[in-house]
Amino acid sequence: MNATKLLEDPCNIIITGVGGQGNVMASRLLSNMLSVKGYRITIGETFGASQRGGAVMSHIRVSENQTWSPQIPKGKAHIVVSLEPIEAIRILALYGNTNVTVLANSRPIAPVGVIAGELNYPPMEEIRKMLEQYAARVMIVDATEEALKLGNPILGNIIMIGATIGLGLLPVGVDEFRAVIPEFVPAKFMEVNLEAFEIGRRMAAA
Amino acid sequence: MSKLIEKKAGDRVLLMGNEAIARGALEAGVNVAAGYPGTPSSEIIENLSRVATARNLYVEWSVNEKVSLETAAAASFARLRAICPMKQNGVNVASDFLLHLAGSGVRGGLVLVSCDDPGALSSINEGESRHFARLMELPLLEPGDFQEAKDMTRWAFELSEELKCVVMLRSVTRMSHASGDVVFGELLERSPKAYFQFDGFFLDTNTGPVMSAPVLYRHGLQQTKVARARAIFEESLFNTYEGPVAPELLIVTSSACTLYSREAIRLLGLGEKVGMLKLGTTWPIPSNLLKKHLSSTDRILIVEEVLPFLEEQIKILAAESVHEIGPKTFYAKNDGTIPMNGELNPDIVTNALVKVMGLSYTPMPPEYERGVQRMANVGIPQREQTFCPGCPHRASFWSIHRIIQLDNRKGFVCGDIGCYSMALLPCGFSTAKTCHAMGSGMGLAGAFGKLDRFGMEQPALAVCGDSTFFHAVMPALVNAVHHRSKVGLIVLDNSGTAMTGFQSHPGLPVDAMGGEAPPLDIAAICRAIGATVTISDPFDLAGTQAALGRLLEEDGVKVHILRQICALSPEKKGKKKFSMQVDESRCLGEECGCNRLCTRIFRCPGLIWDEGKKKSRIDEVICAGCGVCAEICPAAAIVRMEEGVQ
Repeated sequence: MNATKLLEDPCNIIITGVGGQGNVMASRLLSNMLSVKGYRITIGETFGASQRGGAVMSHIRVSENQTWSPQIPKGKAHIVVSLEPIEAIRILALYGNTNVTVLANSRPIAPVGVIAGELNYPPMEEIRKMLEQYAARVMIVDATEEALKLGNPILGNIIMIGATIGLGLLPVGVDEFRAVIPEFVPAKFMEVNLEAFEIGRRMAAA
Repeated sequence: MSKLIEKKAGDRVLLMGNEAIARGALEAGVNVAAGYPGTPSSEIIENLSRVATARNLYVEWSVNEKVSLETAAAASFARLRAICPMKQNGVNVASDFLLHLAGSGVRGGLVLVSCDDPGALSSINEGESRHFARLMELPLLEPGDFQEAKDMTRWAFELSEELKCVVMLRSVTRMSHASGDVVFGELLERSPKAYFQFDGFFLDTNTGPVMSAPVLYRHGLQQTKVARARAIFEESLFNTYEGPVAPELLIVTSSACTLYSREAIRLLGLGEKVGMLKLGTTWPIPSNLLKKHLSSTDRILIVEEVLPFLEEQIKILAAESVHEIGPKTFYAKNDGTIPMNGELNPDIVTNALVKVMGLSYTPMPPEYERGVQRMANVGIPQREQTFCPGCPHRASFWSIHRIIQLDNRKGFVCGDIGCYSMALLPCGFSTAKTCHAMGSGMGLAGAFGKLDRFGMEQPALAVCGDSTFFHAVMPALVNAVHHRSKVGLIVLDNSGTAMTGFQSHPGLPVDAMGGEAPPLDIAAICRAIGATVTISDPFDLAGTQAALGRLLEEDGVKVHILRQICALSPEKKGKKKFSMQVDESRCLGEECGCNRLCTRIFRCPGLIWDEGKKKSRIDEVICAGCGVCAEICPAAAIVRMEEGVQ
């Protein structure tokens, strides 16, 4: 079941990941879903040079009645959606609190320092423990693995949006997804995007 | 179709700040839009180009910002409305013409939009364009939210026509690249005929020739326009106040800082004590309005990015009016309450308020904060910037670095801005050693190439992108040839203005509106200037390195063009040329003696190190299939297969 109203006003959502994962599209898609439902939205994004292999994030503020700062204040995130596992931890360090919900994709993207053997990437179980220590609720989903089964890893971001909705914390659902997805993808990819959304929604709702 | 014209007047639409500015221009019936791509400004022209046919616009990606402003000015002289968007340092490029244009005045509405980048989120400077408004004596507007970004743009055209001068509208990254709700107004339907009248009396600004001379007469005229602007600004609805009648503290702010200040006041529950005067018109400041608000309290906090622009104006006003408004205490940049570099955010404003009001506020419980920050700082790896998988620049700098090492005279590369600025970093093998304005790599390298008379033996190379070549490299190349420099220029031609989103440039067969355009040949231009020219594909490492050697050896000015399309370009993205694989039986890992050349030195994110097997591996989700790493591996363990061939 979807929520009938906002967790708080404004409700603060952060979508994070690594440049190239479709972070911007995911944040605009989710924002548009909330916008068609009548909410006032403010989105703050980082892109441009910062996206080349770097950590990226979008801040989404959802409100009944007004525009908020495109940057969320420290410690004030309600929902963190992370397209890459360790990026969720980076976000908690700035915006975390004991009530935050974290949804993370399980597929790591190794920073070049890790590939070069200069830095260590923690194992998934350790990442889960770290997140659980600093968030109220943690869900890790195999979005990239599921996307690969659908034939394209980039669908991981749609699966993550589906999973975000599946959490039941936001007052929007598949109807809003259907309403806005044509703005983002060509008609021939509509079916596979709907499938990806549904896979994500079911994983989180289970 | 674009939502900018699909949605109707009265519709509420979620728009990026730059889209809101574009819509504002459409509502003002803009005819001509010209700019040069630069983050965070590019989406204004991009959005207008999408509706060029439907709205009968002429939209141009000009060769540089000065020419774009000249393009907009010609339209204005012919009584059309024109917009000219650029990033902050673009105003520096346009400023020579802008100074004269400020003196001559305009006819049709002309709005110069500058998108600044406080904190240099996507720049190598955080230069501020607001100071140009004061320097050039032009009215300046700063939207405080997304609705204002649209409404102010529309108004800026009317103001420009009323005052007959350029109006500057200043945005910032957190406005241009942020998104919010905008209620649309009506599109202005007008189709003026372009006509340039020049046969009137030569001092008549409406009918005579357009020029900035006689200087003292025109300058005086310009200053009367500024005085009129100030009077108009006194009444402007874009200057707003929220808070108590007699606040304990008055915040004066503008632009995105409005949103940060409002958030900080709310976080601290200071709505009954702190007032906020948001200025939409920031040069010249509306003095009477300010005096009225300054009179309401003794303590003032000024919140702005980056330099103390409002602060200086307000302090001068307060000094001049001290007998009228009484002595004031200011908290701002000069006393260190607000930082003088970097971008602001709600937390910085909150901290300033806490300090000034003598409060305490803990956004995170200290124990939580210590733990979570330790975890983020030591528990997980940092992510350094790197070239994308399959980026031609990685291959190009691999070869450039190699020939400089082989030459062994401590040669170096002078770069400039673009994705290839990252040649300063390990991902570009730290090959570049200078990085300044567009085209400055060639200017500097050409000048290093003349220092042999002072004993300099190091060879200098310049790199530039294809769009940058046209923007600002050509004059420096001419200078190098004419002054017999010994220098090599490497043009990293990836077929578009890649970093900002593949905008067209004069080397491509297409214009901003998608129409056919005659492409200019970089190689032919360089030869005509007097340089010798060679060309290769950077993905052919051996061929490229063989060709690059002459850049260090031969006398005169040599140009080498490295031609390979950007990995993110729409025609290439998602299409792999090769399917890559590591042959585990051949990869010797740490035992090889190559020092893991592929993963430690070449460092493409598509290559990963399998800790379990102690061998390199391809990450098929990341790999772009360019095939270059196959040439890197000394053990021939990385194999490439033509995609689709098993």
